Formats: sequence, C-alpha cells, structure tokens
Amino acid sequence: MAGMELLSDEGFRIDGRRPNELRRIQCRMGVFAQADGSAYIEHGNTKVLAAVYGPHDIQGSKGRAAVHDIAFINCQYSMATFSTGERKQRPRGDRKSQEMTHHLKQTFDGAILTHLYPHSQIDIYVEVLQSDGGNYCASVNAATLALIDAGIPMKDYVCACSASFIDETPLMDINYTEESSATPQLIVSILPKSEHLVFVEMNSRLHEDQLSRVLDIAVKGCSDIYHILDRAVKEHLMEASIPLSSDT
Amino acid sequence: MSSCTRFDTVVPLHYKRVKDCCTISDKHFYTFVNEFHKDTYVEREPGESSNDRNDRAIRTAAKWYQKHLQLCAEDAGIANEMKVVLLTNDTDNRNKAKAEGIMAYTVHEYVKSLKGSADLIDRLAGLDSKPRGLKSGRYLQGTFQASRENYLEANVSVASREEMVFIQGHKNLNRGMQEDVVAIEMLPESEWSCPSSMILEDVEEKADEETDQEDAIVKTKAAKGPKLPSGRIVGVIKRKWRQYCGILQKSVLPGGTRHLFIPAERRIPKIRIETRQAAALEGQRIVVVIDSWPRNSRYPQGHYVRKLGAIGDKDTENEVLLLEHDIPHSTFSEAVLACLPELPWVITDEDLAKRTDLRSVSICSVDPPGCTDIDDALHAFKLDNGNYEVGVHIADVSHFIRNGTAIDREAQNRATTVYLIDKRIDMVPELLSSNLCSLRGNEDRFAMTVIWEMTPNAKIVKTSFMKSIIRSKAALTYAEAQMRIDDPTLTDDVTKSLRILNSLAKILKQGRIEKGALTLASSEVRFHIDSETHDPIDVQTKELRETNSMVEEFMLLANISVAEKILAEFPDCALLRRHPAPPVSNFDPLVTIAKAKGFTMKVSTGKDLADSLELAHIPSNPYFNTMLRILTTRCMMQAVYFCTGMVAPSEFFHYGLAAPIYTHFTSPIRRYSDIIVHRLLAVSIGADASYPELLDKNKTQHCSYNLNFRHRMAQYAGRASVGLHTQLFFKNRTVDEEGYILFVRKNAIQILIPKFGLEGTVYLVEQKGASLFTYNEEENTQTADGVTLSVFDPVTVQISIDRSNIQHQKLRLQLVRPVISGFSVEPQPVTSSAPPTKKIRSK
Repeated sequence: MAGMELLSDEGFRIDGRRPNELRRIQCRMGVFAQADGSAYIEHGNTKVLAAVYGPHDIQGSKGRAAVHDIAFINCQYSMATFSTGERKQRPRGDRKSQEMTHHLKQTFDGAILTHLYPHSQIDIYVEVLQSDGGNYCASVNAATLALIDAGIPMKDYVCACSASFIDETPLMDINYTEESSATPQLIVSILPKSEHLVFVEMNSRLHEDQLSRVLDIAVKGCSDIYHILDRAVKEHLMEASIPLSSDT
Repeated sequence: MSSCTRFDTVVPLHYKRVKDCCTISDKHFYTFVNEFHKDTYVEREPGESSNDRNDRAIRTAAKWYQKHLQLCAEDAGIANEMKVVLLTNDTDNRNKAKAEGIMAYTVHEYVKSLKGSADLIDRLAGLDSKPRGLKSGRYLQGTFQASRENYLEANVSVASREEMVFIQGHKNLNRGMQEDVVAIEMLPESEWSCPSSMILEDVEEKADEETDQEDAIVKTKAAKGPKLPSGRIVGVIKRKWRQYCGILQKSVLPGGTRHLFIPAERRIPKIRIETRQAAALEGQRIVVVIDSWPRNSRYPQGHYVRKLGAIGDKDTENEVLLLEHDIPHSTFSEAVLACLPELPWVITDEDLAKRTDLRSVSICSVDPPGCTDIDDALHAFKLDNGNYEVGVHIADVSHFIRNGTAIDREAQNRATTVYLIDKRIDMVPELLSSNLCSLRGNEDRFAMTVIWEMTPNAKIVKTSFMKSIIRSKAALTYAEAQMRIDDPTLTDDVTKSLRILNSLAKILKQGRIEKGALTLASSEVRFHIDSETHDPIDVQTKELRETNSMVEEFMLLANISVAEKILAEFPDCALLRRHPAPPVSNFDPLVTIAKAKGFTMKVSTGKDLADSLELAHIPSNPYFNTMLRILTTRCMMQAVYFCTGMVAPSEFFHYGLAAPIYTHFTSPIRRYSDIIVHRLLAVSIGADASYPELLDKNKTQHCSYNLNFRHRMAQYAGRASVGLHTQLFFKNRTVDEEGYILFVRKNAIQILIPKFGLEGTVYLVEQKGASLFTYNEEENTQTADGVTLSVFDPVTVQISIDRSNIQHQKLRLQLVRPVISGFSVEPQPVTSSAPPTKKIRSK
C-alpha cells in the first residue's frame, strides 16, 4: 500500500522530507535553575531534556568503578512513561535503557577532558519526554548542550545522527516509522571539527559495499547538527551576556 | 491543456495505475506532492472523515494550482489561458468544488466534450467497472493461454482457482491474446461448455465463411463430455504484445494494400496490416507489430517492421525461431568483449596461491562427441582406508565473469546457452565458453571442485569444496569412456578411475530410484548434417550408454551437495531449483488411458508413480511403456529456480529427482544460475567476496524469474529447431514409418513416430467432408470399415511435405496400415524398416 512506502517515487520520505534532510531541530539551554547545566532539544517529534551536575565528589556505590586520576562520568538515561505510543511500565532500568545509559557513558568518556578532574564525578541525566526515533542522537545532542551550559571542558561538541538505507538511497536522521520497518540503522557520534568518530552502532544488516555511503550521510547529518547547536549556543551566550554588558 | 498534474493525496484504488501513467514522460503527467507543500496541506478537522479531508485537500490543491498558474503568467507578462479542471465522480466533492469556483466535471462529462470521444467512452466503461469488479470478486484476473489446437478456444489461469477457466468463441474471447492479463467473468453453469475436441486451424477462407464455421462449433457446444467452468473476457488489463514473425497472406484484390499477416506462432491471431510492398514481401518471412485491436475488428491491426528472408531458407527460419522465442542472439558488444582476459592467458603466482593444486590428479572429462564447452570433469581413486575419493571439477566461470561488468550483465540477460540443431547461441563469448573455461585435455584450467570421501557402498563420509587448478588427462566421449571401461587390458589411472566411478554411479542410481525418483521418457533425436549444404541427411535417436548415466549421477550428487552447503550458509538468499509435485488431477488423462489397457496407475506420490510405471508393460507392444512415460512427462509441472528466502521451506522439494533440495552447479558455461551458485559457494568457503545484490533475496528472486523464462524459451526453441530440421529432412522424401497413436480426437488422431521423435496429426475428416469414422467418446476410439483405432495402437503412416500452400508448408501424415479402404494410402515402394529405437531419459 501507498501508506507504507518509505521512499516515494517522487523522492519524498514518509514525513515529507528528502533523503538528505534533517528533521527540524529546536533547542534551549539553561532550562533548570538547580542543575549546573541543562538543555532541552527537539528533533522533530523526539523531545529530550538533559541535566548535568558536577564535577563533584564521588558519591554512591557506582563510584567504586571510578579510576583515581580522571573524572567518573555517571549517566542515567530514562524515558518518561508517557513518551511512547504505548505507556511504558518503568522509565528506566530495563535492558534498553541500561544499554543506552552505557552508550552515553562511552560517548562522553571520549569527549569530556576527564583528566582535568581527578577524584570527581560528573552526572548526566537524560530524560526522553517524547520518543519518535533517534532517541540516542537527541540525548547526545541535548547532553552536549547541557555540558556546555555547565561549563565542563570538552574536546569538541559531540553531535550524533542516525542514517538508514532504503531502495538504494541513504536516508539521514530516521524517524520512528523508518526505524521500526526492517531497515538497517547506523548511529554515529562525531567530534565535528576533527570529524573523529566517538561512537558507531549498526543495527540490522547492510552490505559492506554500501556502508561508506550510509556513513557519509550520517556524518553529514552530524555536521549539520553541529552548525545548529553552535548557533544555539552562541545565541544563548548573547542573551546571557547582554544584561552583564548593560550593567557596566 | 496538454499536461495533467496528479495530486499526491492518495486514492488507493487506482494508485498503481495512475503511478504507472506518470512514469511515461510523453504523456505529460506530473506529480505534485501536495501533502508536503505548505500552501496545500490541510489538517483534518474534528468529525471530518478521511475521505472528506482528502477531497478537501484535492480542492485546495486545485485552487492553489490555478492561482500558481496565474502568478506564473503574470510574472512572464502574458495572459493566463490555462484552466485547472478537476475531474471527480464524487457528487458531493464536485458540488463543493463548483461552489468554491473550481471547474469540476465527472470523467464522463469531460471525455464526452472531447473530440473523437466514442472510443474513449467505450474504454472507460471497461476500466470503470473492472478494478471494482475485481475487488468485489465479480470479475477474476488471470493470464490468457490460447489453445494450441483450436484458435477459438482459450484457457485463463486464475491465481485463486486451481483449474483454468475455459473460454470459447470470438465473442467471449473478446480480443484477448496469448499471455495477456485479462479480467474475466464466470458464466452461469447452464452456459458452460467443453473443448470441442476438434483440431481447428484458422484456414484461409473469406470472413463470412469463417463465421459459418464458428456457428457450427458453437452448435456442437451441446457435445457431451464433462463441462468445464467457463467464462467470458470482460477486458484486457495488460497487453503482452511483442514483435511477431510470420508470413503475408496477400489480399485477394489485385493491387490492394490491406493484407493479413499470419504469425508463425499458432496461438496468435492473424494481424491486419497495410502495405504497398505486398509483391516484394510475398514468400518472405516478415516481422510485424500490433498497434491496436479496435472493438469492431475481427483481427488486430499492425504494421510491417522488417524482412527476415525467404520462407524455407534455413537461416531465415532459424532467425524466426530465435525471435519467436525472444532469445537474445546478437553478436557480443564491444563492451562485453572488452571484459575478456587478454591472450595469451597466463596463470599468475597469485592465482596459484589461492587455489588447491590438483594438476597431479588423474582427472578426465566425458562428454558427447563434438562438445567444445566442457564444463565438468571427474576423478576417483581408492584411499588407504578402503574408501574412495571422488571429485567433480566444474569450470570456474565466476573467476572470469565478475559481478557488475558488462559481460556479467549480458550473461545474466541471456541466462542460458541455446542449442539449436545446427547452431549454438552462447551465453558467454567463445573465448571463454570453448577455451579458457572449457576443461580441455592436457591444459591447466581453473575449477570449482567438490571432493567426497565415499564408502564402497557410495555413502558419503566427508564433503569438501575448494577452488582448484586442474589438468584434465583426457577429454573423452561417452563411447570412448565406455570402451575403456569395457576393455580389460587397459589399467591406466584414468580407466581405473572410470571403473570406480561407474560402479559407484550404479549404486547411487539404485538408491535414487528406491527413493522414488522418476524415470521419464522423451524422444531425442540427432541429425546428421551434410557438410556442404548443411541440410540434414539422416536422423537417429540418441544412443544411451552406461557412461551417460555415470556422469549424470555425479552431477546430481554435486548439485545436491552444493545446494546443502549454500542453503546452510545463506538460508535467505540461496538460489535453488524446485520441482513442485503436480496436482493429482493432472494425472487424470494418464490414469484413464492406462485403465483402458488394464493397468492401474497410482499417482499419489512420486514413488507410487515410479513403481506403477515400472509395472506397466505389454509384451506385444514394447513401446507401450515408453509412451506411458512420455504421457507422464506431460502431466508434470515445470521445475523452477527460486530464492530460498521467498518460498516456504516445505516447498523446496524436487519431485522428479525425489531430492529434498536441489540446485544447478555443474554447467556454469551454459547457465547463469550456476554462476550465481558458484559465487554463493565461493563466498561460503571464503574464496571470494560477496556483493550486495548476491545477498538481496528480492534481487535473486527477480533474477530467477528471468532464468526460468529464458530456460523455458530455450527448451521450446530447441524443440522448434528439431521440427524445422525434420521438415527440411522430408523436403525431398516420402517415407513410410511406424508410429503409435498418442491421442484420439474427434476429427483426428495424433501419432508419435519414435524414429524421428516426431509427433503429427492424421486428420480423419476432410474439411467439410463427411467422415468415414465414428467417434466413440467414452472409449476414446475411432472406428471405420470394421477397423478400430485406439490409443497406443501401432500404425504405419506415410510422411511427406504438404506443398499445397506454398506459403505455409507443413508435414503431412497419411495412414498406411491398418488399411481402411477409401482412407488409407498405398505404401511407398521402398519402406524403411529400421526398428524404432527408444531412449529413456531420467529427468
């Protein structure tokens, strides 16, 4: 049926995008007063909140895993029970959330300059308010903004984007419908300035000959996202700094 | 307005048809994706049905388009003359549109306002009700299969019904043609009819006479016999027109320009063409395409495309044969030839490093005489532990034909090498087929090798696969190999291995037959061709030796072993070959005929069938069993290639071979399927890299459709070539020959002549004449003058060429024995008395 065509003959995707287009990204920084840093991001209908605490002393049992000369990154990924089509039983602790938590930790271990804060801990809390595909990507991008808001030194922004491959065409930034139909899914996080990959995950099968094309479009998506985030950060700084300059 | 714009708001019913239309660029259809445009998107309002919302979206888009055209015209500084017309058959939608100021009409209103609309309206009436009717089940969709025997009858195979729907008469056939996809309506049971059991040709008569003939047939509709579910064609959904070869039937009027064209394919109706070159085209084979088939015309209308050559000329007839079977036979293009390896071809150290060196093993090949594309070779020797090592070596064509190259695309399209009696149309260029890939004697060649360790009881202990390099010690013919086996003085390695192979093959064959593999028969003949004129000078049926079956057994075994390997490795995308068990109803004619002779055929399983065939012998008629096997062959389904991911595993079975899975691995020089299988095998043993298309089950399945089609066509072309040469053979001869009755029809008997592998018809009724014969429908016999003819009876017939129609020569059979006064003809003075030889071929 026509409704299930993921890529129409006219070259449109199910939500009206072209294959190489991102969803609309909107973001705000500093949304919470109590946290050291916080951000809110929307990738189309995927909506994510991130809050960052620290660096502070190592707390709780998790800290035992910490290495003494670098900061311990503590991540927590959770999805609001109302975030999905069917109400979720528990917001976190299930296998998928645990896996996502682990992925976030891996990603930010590679990007935060952890050696600057030995014997300390940085907490990243991510809450998915509405899920429509690309949860990991939105979480990473939100956490990046929150970390910047908290003033934690990083090698670079971390930008994440997903990609798929349908009808011989690589698709950028896939939504839930595209994600849940049996198509390959490639998730990539990069440091945009150096284009270093921090995290790559591949679901389902894709022939290796096509991998480079799909990877290229995912990296392109990441660098597009970088420009959006960078502009948002600069705007946020302008807003924050104007009152200061008017005081003097 | 010369262009149409489709709005993307989806109308599922016609979606695919409209979409297909849009891809034809010269029809000026364009698609505007209104759902994704900011000015034309509409939100569904509370309480609004999705249909109403879609209608509103279309109206919004129409309004926007009108405004857009206006703006464009203003920009260009010209007056806008383009009007947007909304065609809808939904009254509510049309009224609302009119209220909003859009020009809106029903499709009928609009079409009526056009010039020359009568024809369109007729077509609309058909189109309008068809899809709806199809959906509601009032009409059925199926493929048109014209009868080979009677041009006024056809069957339509409908996917949802097991048996075909029978269509009879011009009116019900309603301009359907061979292979068309048609919509049919079932007739009420009272109007059902049965095939007239007449063999009817559209002979040359004037139109009104033919109508009489037709009436006569319709009258005989009341014939007894079981009535078949019948229907009538409501409309043609998709035409399968192509170019047709045939001859011109000149207009009766001298100097007339309207002529009829008689296609070579009997199931295609005559075509009306207009040409001024009739005189030049007479006696020539020509190509014609169909342009249209108007409602009021008895024949389709077409035009002349090109001339192939004189009728009866062998080259012309070969060309016709190839065109009619859609066989790509042009010479290979430059791009394809550029893919060939450069000569002299040398084996590099790199090649050697990647392959197992088997050049020291005594390998030999066994093939028919004159074979230049040798794709298999064998070896066997005794191991120290008492077991045997047996190896099958297949030419490594996939080494030379790499994926995605021009040569690969060409081979994929050709799919198979086509063998005609005097010609071979290669799938790959000759350098590969007859030289680099051919496993010739005493030359180093690349191979894909299967090696088994077998116990003396032919049980497989171990199987291994490898890419190898071999050096065949001898390229033998079947006869030579047989001589070596039989000559006790020879004790060389090659002969010893042949003896081992032969003894193992016998055990393998026995095992296969016990499992229920069928031994079927078909007559295969060999022509002796005059070296000067290339005309056939003698015919023989092919001889069979033990060595034929020896090679065959090991090829079957290799195919099965490879099938198991690739299925295990690629459960979703392996290319296998299956042979579905025929529905029991297919065997009805066989069971009836055998019963008449006092034999009971059990047909429920392959094993039962094989056993009953084995038991059915009549001592006085040695050919009876072979004929039963020939008839059994005709009850079978076609074996087909398929991709494992697309078919349920329970259907992988190969009925004829009684093998749970099977594939084609052993002839990559002449079949593309084998090349795919080679690639899959190479990937699974780590000898080669895969590529995306190889692992895509949809692509493999799509490819297998082409393989099946080409394979079938190649078979038909081969048979047609035998027919052509038989005709050439009888050009200057009249021969009396022994034959057997295969079928008894109402106005004819069909005769099989084993010596020539030929099937022909003896007409019992002269056109319009009274018949001497009485037809007994229950017992299926014809009686005249105290002589009864029934199925399987031996007869003697006289074969000659009917030259009464210079345009259309055909074989004529006349009865010699049993003598029926007033019907049978005198025997020829010198009768050829060679006893019929028979050939049994396991399928």
